[in-house]
Amino acid sequence: MGIYMDNAATTRVTEPVLEAMLPYLTEHFGNPSSVHGYGRDAKRALDAARREVAAALGAKPSEIYFTGCGTEADNWAIRGAAYAKKEKGRHIITSAIEHHAVLHTCEQLEKEGFEVTYLPVDEYGLVSAESVAAAIRPDTVLVTIMAANNEIGTIEPIQEIGAIAHEKGVLFHTDAVQAVGHVAFDLANMPIDMLSLSGHKLHAPKGIGALYIRSGLHIQPFMRGGAQERSQRAGTENLASIVALGKAITLATEHMEENAKKVSALRDRLIKGILETIPDVRLNGHPEKRLPGNVNVCFRYIEGESLLLSLDLKGIAGSSGSACTSGSLDPSHVLLAIGLPHEIAHGSLRLSLSEENTEEEVDFTIASLQEIVARLRAMSPLWPENRKNDR
Amino acid sequence: MYTEQVMDHFMHPRNVGEIEDPSGVGEVGNAKCGDIMKIYIKVENNVIVDVKFQTFGCGAAIATSSRATEMVMGKTIEEALAVTNKQVMESLGGLPPVKHHCSVLAEEALHAAIADYKARHPEA
Ligand SMILES: Cc1ncc(COP(=O)(O)O)c(C=O)c1O
Ligand code: FES
Repeated sequence: MGIYMDNAATTRVTEPVLEAMLPYLTEHFGNPSSVHGYGRDAKRALDAARREVAAALGAKPSEIYFTGCGTEADNWAIRGAAYAKKEKGRHIITSAIEHHAVLHTCEQLEKEGFEVTYLPVDEYGLVSAESVAAAIRPDTVLVTIMAANNEIGTIEPIQEIGAIAHEKGVLFHTDAVQAVGHVAFDLANMPIDMLSLSGHKLHAPKGIGALYIRSGLHIQPFMRGGAQERSQRAGTENLASIVALGKAITLATEHMEENAKKVSALRDRLIKGILETIPDVRLNGHPEKRLPGNVNVCFRYIEGESLLLSLDLKGIAGSSGSACTSGSLDPSHVLLAIGLPHEIAHGSLRLSLSEENTEEEVDFTIASLQEIVARLRAMSPLWPENRKNDR
Repeated sequence: MYTEQVMDHFMHPRNVGEIEDPSGVGEVGNAKCGDIMKIYIKVENNVIVDVKFQTFGCGAAIATSSRATEMVMGKTIEEALAVTNKQVMESLGGLPPVKHHCSVLAEEALHAAIADYKARHPEA
C-alpha cells in the first residue's frame, strides 16, 4: 500500500460511509420526489441526511441545500447573491488566495459589469478584518472569504470578517470546503450568511456538496428545472452521495477533537522533521492558525514536479503548487500572494494528512525527502555547491 | 503521464554534473515556466568529446536534458546543432502536449554552449 498524503485534494471513502450509502443505489433506489413507497423511502433518507448536515454545522435543516459539488456551491452562492442584490449595488469583496471556484466566478461577474476587490494577504496568508472594513463601500453587496486555504492551510478570521460585513449590512459567504469536518462551526451563532462545503474532503464521495443559506435570505437559484431542494436547486438528488455526506460529516464532527489532536501531532512531527534535517526549506502558511492536516513547504533550488515524481516512485502521494504541475505554467496564485518569488514557489510541496496516516509513514516520508531533495539539488544549476566554479 | 524511457532518464540521468575546464557553457531559462538548464561541453578537433548538464526543472526537463546530452556525445559541432528538441522527444517515446515546451530547454542550452565555445575559440 502506498502512503497517501494528498487529503486536501480528496479523501478515501471510509467503510462506515460506504456501508451507509450503498443501499441507496440498490434497494432504496427510489426518486425522493415520487409519491409511492420507493419515493417515500428515499425522501426519508434525504431528510435524515439534511438533518445530519445541519446538526454538524449548528444550522437548521431548512438552511441546507445539496449541490453537485463544492464548486457549484461557491458558484451558486456568489452569483445568486450578486444577482439578487444587484439593485443595491454591484461591488464584491474577496481575497487573492481563494480557490478558483470563487476567483473565476468573480472574474465572470466582472465581465457582467460587477466590480470585485481582491484583498491581499500577509506573509502567512491571513486576510485582515481591517482590510475588509476598509474595502466596504456603499455599493458592496457581498464579502466572500474562505474559512481555510486549500494550499497552505491558513485558517482565516471569518468570525471577525463576518461581523464587520454584518455591521455594514453586507452579506458574508465563506468557502469552507477545506474547513468543514476539521474545524467546528456553530452557524446559528456565527455571522455567516452562506457557507459552501464538499463531501470528498471529508471521506464522502466526489460529486456531492452543500450550500448553507441562512433562513430569510433569498438568492437567485442557479440550477433551474424541477422543484427539488424547495425549488432552489433543481435536479434529481444524488441520494446515495447525500446519505454518505450525512454519515461522513456526522462521524467527522463526533471525532473532531480526537482527530484534530492526532493529525496535528503528525503534522507537527512532519514539519519538524523536514525543517530540522533539510537545509534551505521554508514553511508556508501560518505556524499556528493552520488546518490540522496541512504541511506546505518550499525546498529551494529544486522544482515541485520532479519532487512529486520522485515521491511517487517511493509510493508517497503529495501535491505541488509549482508551475510545472499547474497546467497553466504559472506557480500557484496562493504562493505568489504570500510574497514568494517564482523560483521559490516552484519548489513547493503540499502534504495533507488525515487520521488514517501513521507516525511510521511520516518518518518514512521525512527520510525519503532527505534523499530526494539531495539528489535533485545535486542536479540543479542553482544549488550553491554547483555554482562554486562559476566564472 | 510519462513514458518508461522518460522515467528511466529522470531516475537515472546520464551525464549529470559539470566539466572542470569546459570549452563552452550555456545556461538558459525557460520563458514559459521559469525552469533553468545549464550545459557544459568539451570540444576537441570540432568533436564534442564530453558533455554534462544541470537542470532545475520538471521531470520532462530533466529527462530531455539527459537524453539530449547522450545524443550529442561524440558528434561534431555541426551534427550536434542538427539535433532538434523534436528528435529528443521522439527518442523518449514522446511527451504529453503540455510538456513539449520543456524539451526546448535542452536544445537552447546546447546551442548556447556551442555559441559560447565559438565565441571563446574564434579560430575553430
Ligand atoms: C477551498 C476549496 N473550494 C472549493 C473546492 C471545490 O470543491 P469540489 O471539488 O467539490 O468542486 C475545493 C476543492 O477542490 C477547495 O479546496
Ligand atoms: S521545464 Fe518547466 S514545466 Fe517542464
